[in-house]
Amino acid sequence: MSSDPKLERIAKGNALALCATGTWTASFAPVLERMVADAEKLAGTPQSIFIDVSEVAKLDTFGAWLIERLRRSLTQGAVEAQIAGLSANYSSLVDEVRRVRATPVVDSSPITISGMLEQIGRTVAGIAGTVAGLVDMLGAVLAAGFRVLVHPRSFRLTSTVHHMEQVCWRAVPIIVLITFLIGCIIAQQGIFHFRRFGADIFVVDMLGVLVLREIGVLLVAIMVAGRSGSAYTAELGSMKMREEIDALRTMGFDPIEVLVLPRMMALVLALPILAFLGAMAALYGGGLVAWLYGGVQPEAFLLRLRDAISIDHFIVGIVKAPVMAAVIGIVACVEGLAVQGSAESLGQHTTASVVKGIFFVIVMDGIFAIFFASIGM
Amino acid sequence: MVGEIQDPIIRVRGITVQFGETRVLDGLNLDVKRGEILGFVGPSGAGKSVLTRTIIGLVPKVAGSIEVFGVDLDSSSTSQRRNVERRWGVLFQQGALFSSLTVRQNIQFPMREYLRVSQRLMDEITMAKLAMVGLKPEVAERFPSELSGGMIKRVALARALSLDPDLVFLDEPTSGLDPIGAGDFDELVRTLQRTLGLTVFMVTHDLDSLYTACDRIAVLGNGKIIAAGSIADMQASQHPWLRQYFHGKRARAVMS
Repeated sequence: MSSDPKLERIAKGNALALCATGTWTASFAPVLERMVADAEKLAGTPQSIFIDVSEVAKLDTFGAWLIERLRRSLTQGAVEAQIAGLSANYSSLVDEVRRVRATPVVDSSPITISGMLEQIGRTVAGIAGTVAGLVDMLGAVLAAGFRVLVHPRSFRLTSTVHHMEQVCWRAVPIIVLITFLIGCIIAQQGIFHFRRFGADIFVVDMLGVLVLREIGVLLVAIMVAGRSGSAYTAELGSMKMREEIDALRTMGFDPIEVLVLPRMMALVLALPILAFLGAMAALYGGGLVAWLYGGVQPEAFLLRLRDAISIDHFIVGIVKAPVMAAVIGIVACVEGLAVQGSAESLGQHTTASVVKGIFFVIVMDGIFAIFFASIGM
Repeated sequence: MVGEIQDPIIRVRGITVQFGETRVLDGLNLDVKRGEILGFVGPSGAGKSVLTRTIIGLVPKVAGSIEVFGVDLDSSSTSQRRNVERRWGVLFQQGALFSSLTVRQNIQFPMREYLRVSQRLMDEITMAKLAMVGLKPEVAERFPSELSGGMIKRVALARALSLDPDLVFLDEPTSGLDPIGAGDFDELVRTLQRTLGLTVFMVTHDLDSLYTACDRIAVLGNGKIIAAGSIADMQASQHPWLRQYFHGKRARAVMS
């Protein structure tokens, strides 16, 4: 049914005829485009030109436009190109494309050095905006929390419990597994290197202090930022995209109170629990390796652990957890509510949520380290 | 009930679709003629969208066969299927525009994948398509989130038409449009069908569309086609749902 399209040049006395034949449709578009580009070189010949389309078997928008384009570029000065032999079926299509204006120039701005510098400048200036956004959200959450304290009935317990299940209960297996493995690795590395000094038993001190003060809570916070922070951003972001948050607002609800506060509460309660479980799992893993690989008997391990650590180490670790949870939650919710209409924007903000969440967790950890060192804990 | 049609563009035979225990389509037969605008109606939840999605291969079926352009979609090879997919366009209910691409990129997306043509030609064809669906060229650089509901439908139609298909599926094209916009859209579908020689499969709830745009109407009920024919046939039918649909208050208002 379909045959290759052709465009033949036939001189008819004083005039030049371009005879189009075959199928002028989208599937032949590359061929058609080349033929038309060739024929366009005829522009400027003083002869009168007509494009004969009576032999065209099939025509669609692509073919019709290319014929129209050819007609336009051959019409120069006194010479006017004509389309001849148009069948009734296709005349309305050709009329349709005739109304099309020439394409506006699409500006795809080239990459320039000044453009790149401008981009860097905007990004740096944006940092201030990020911090302002976080402080803003912190204020809004505190205000909502205060309102809930005054009217405890407006607290969304069901939602909080639901989020607790999502971020705490369901996170337990993976958190315990990973912290257990990290405990094993710390103990193995410690024993391997301490053995050269005959100081095998000090691995218990290292493990206890490291896990309870730093690694336990930091590792769990990073995992929660990746696991729950991203989920919060994606949830709030897709609600924002589908105008659900606007709907809440028009019904007289405060999205911070309805959506953000329960999530924040759940996270602030969940992180200390997870950090505690993680620390225990890491100590267990480390003890197991110390026994099986280092030959430290469990009784000796526990005795040494009791000497090496005090309750201060545990408190230093666990006090950080709710603060880190708040930071993760605020970053995630700010990013979620900043999502614009597109899927791409949702992806960008989810990435930003995790990256910023982990960054702020580590910054907080540093600030805490300075603070505890200066008060001598 | 369904008259045999010579050389149908879509031939659906004995389609059964089930979700768990619920049977949505039950041995459904349907033919769509080349070059017609078929309006497809039925109560909400009867499975109109399910049938459309089954024909285009988004919903798996339990039994039956579907032929589009004479190709059996179950036994066809991947390249045959690609060929068929290239020749149809689909307008989804919510438009389903790619949100991270501009209108221009949305319309050019199928061209870029299937045709090896220059950027210049793609831009020109995009402008032609935008003009055909009644949009201004300035819309081209906007993102879908910056468009109104009616514009989204028009852009989605332009994207569905971007490869000049022979067949388009429209899933409730006029829902969510104001009556004037809906009327314009019906007119647009009619015009495009005339200029491009399209076959249109239109799921709709809009009585106006049925009266002004459709050549033939098929009615879905209880998982089967309960009637198919012209608007006059529908009005003459004694089926209770059809009587209610075509002789109800709204129908009388449309007809008067």
